[in-house]
Amino acid sequence: MTAPWEKDPILRVRHLTMRFGGLVAIDNLSFDVGRNDITALIGPNGAGKTTVFNCLTGFYKPTEGMIRMTHADGNEFLLERLDDHVIARQARVARTFQNIRLFGGMTVLENLMVAQHNPLVHASRFAIAGLFGLAGFKRAEREAVERSKHWLEKIDLVDRADDPAADLPYGAQRRLEIARAMCMQPVILCLDEPAAGLNPRESDQLNTLLLDIRKEEQIAILLIEHDMSVVMEISDHIAVLDYGIKISDGTPDFVRSDPHVIAAYLGVEDEEVA
Amino acid sequence: MEYFVQQLINGLTLGAIYGLIAIGYTMVYGIIGMINFAHGDIFMVGAFIALIMFIALLSIGLTFVPLALLIVLLVSMAFTAVWGWTVERVAYRPLRESFRLAPLITAIGMSIVLQNFVQIAQGARVKPLQPLITGGFTVMEKDGFVVNLSYMQILIIVLTVVLMCIFTLIISRTSLGRAQRACEQDRVMAALSGVNVDRTISLTFIMGAALAAVAGVMYLLYYGVIDFYIGFIAGIKAFTAAVLGGIGSLPGAMLGGMIIGLIEVFWSAYFTIEYKDVAAFSMLALVLIFLPSGLLGRPEVEKV
Repeated sequence: MTAPWEKDPILRVRHLTMRFGGLVAIDNLSFDVGRNDITALIGPNGAGKTTVFNCLTGFYKPTEGMIRMTHADGNEFLLERLDDHVIARQARVARTFQNIRLFGGMTVLENLMVAQHNPLVHASRFAIAGLFGLAGFKRAEREAVERSKHWLEKIDLVDRADDPAADLPYGAQRRLEIARAMCMQPVILCLDEPAAGLNPRESDQLNTLLLDIRKEEQIAILLIEHDMSVVMEISDHIAVLDYGIKISDGTPDFVRSDPHVIAAYLGVEDEEVA
Repeated sequence: MEYFVQQLINGLTLGAIYGLIAIGYTMVYGIIGMINFAHGDIFMVGAFIALIMFIALLSIGLTFVPLALLIVLLVSMAFTAVWGWTVERVAYRPLRESFRLAPLITAIGMSIVLQNFVQIAQGARVKPLQPLITGGFTVMEKDGFVVNLSYMQILIIVLTVVLMCIFTLIISRTSLGRAQRACEQDRVMAALSGVNVDRTISLTFIMGAALAAVAGVMYLLYYGVIDFYIGFIAGIKAFTAAVLGGIGSLPGAMLGGMIIGLIEVFWSAYFTIEYKDVAAFSMLALVLIFLPSGLLGRPEVEKV
């Protein structure tokens, strides 16, 4: 039986292996990400989840394996071969980080505008038209501002648009990171522990935001998360990693009751699992 | 009083030239955190290209000075920008992921290469250019002492202010400027946001070199003589200006340039001219002791 996410996956990861010297961070990992699914990547600390993200976004070049992305229009990208900025703007993969990486010295609005840099650079003919305020650039700039506003409303930060991003409270910075990623108009959004450090109310808001993004933007979300209330509540599909190896893959209900997963999280004697 | 005003005018003119060069140092430092020690020599190359262009234009009979000046400025900016781009491409980009000192050493290497290249290609002797822009206003006159504001000085100061405004607009308003500031803060994240970091850095070098070329043209016209060695001392002064103003800050570079120019001129005017460099560099030492991040620099905040 094929699982729903295997029918028309946006991302096929096959035999992905990443070695750092003698350390094998990911070992022969294969999984699919459904086109409009929320897919969660979970596992104990050091399982290699963030390494998977780094391979996806071109930050690392995988030692072995293939990451094939198929856009809805049939365009294919082999992410393991592309540079990071090409992945960001052509393959349209956007990501956030475990530790917040906003451009702290720039304003909230500017953070969102940087994410729309590429269409703007073309419209502005490398700043020359921008300087003289030509029509094409003005239109592109206006669209970018509109999109930024739309996301500021979604994350409830309109009235702080002109404050430096570093001055926002922690939860708001997390939301801004997601908004910045969304301003790149990605087809897949990779979130590295978006709920880390959030209080229960903020974590609830995050769930709503992510479900909303999936419904309205029709994109795939790939999520690394330790907060099981987030994972179990919103994911369609969960892959579980332990020491770089995939130990379970399925629906939340399936994964929750998988003895391998329970063993990895709680630790049991090996013979009990086998 | 008249003497003072005259020295003020001279100081601001010199300061404007230093400021234009300092912007190149400060922008490059801002974006990749390295001191481009070849930048002073890029300025020198700009001055030489301008000299060659002026002589070429005069020899084909173009004697209308404003047009000649415009052509020389544009050509010199374009060629010097190519030099700046090449230096970055050849000497710095391959070493960007290397340890911090490596690009510093290649920068000093590039500086020596440029000096020696110009020395061989153009000769080691000073090259004169006939004064092209002469005349000026008399600001005030008392007891036979005339305070002069020459057209050349007006040109230098006006051009500097205009360029400063254009560059501030580019940095604060355009998408290129946003990309530069984003690269300055987090290069990895900027790349993940779709910014082509290599190209943004190249453009920064190109902008810095173009401004250095303008400074080179102004230097050539103002002093009338250049040689292959002018880049060294002017570069060090401009670097001092960038640090004084707060390295990484554009208005800081301009302010630092003005201060260094004024100190140098006033020291020469009222004390001993031999010690003018000592005075300028002492100012740097004092500022670094009491304001380590410079006058307009942001203090370094440790991230936790």
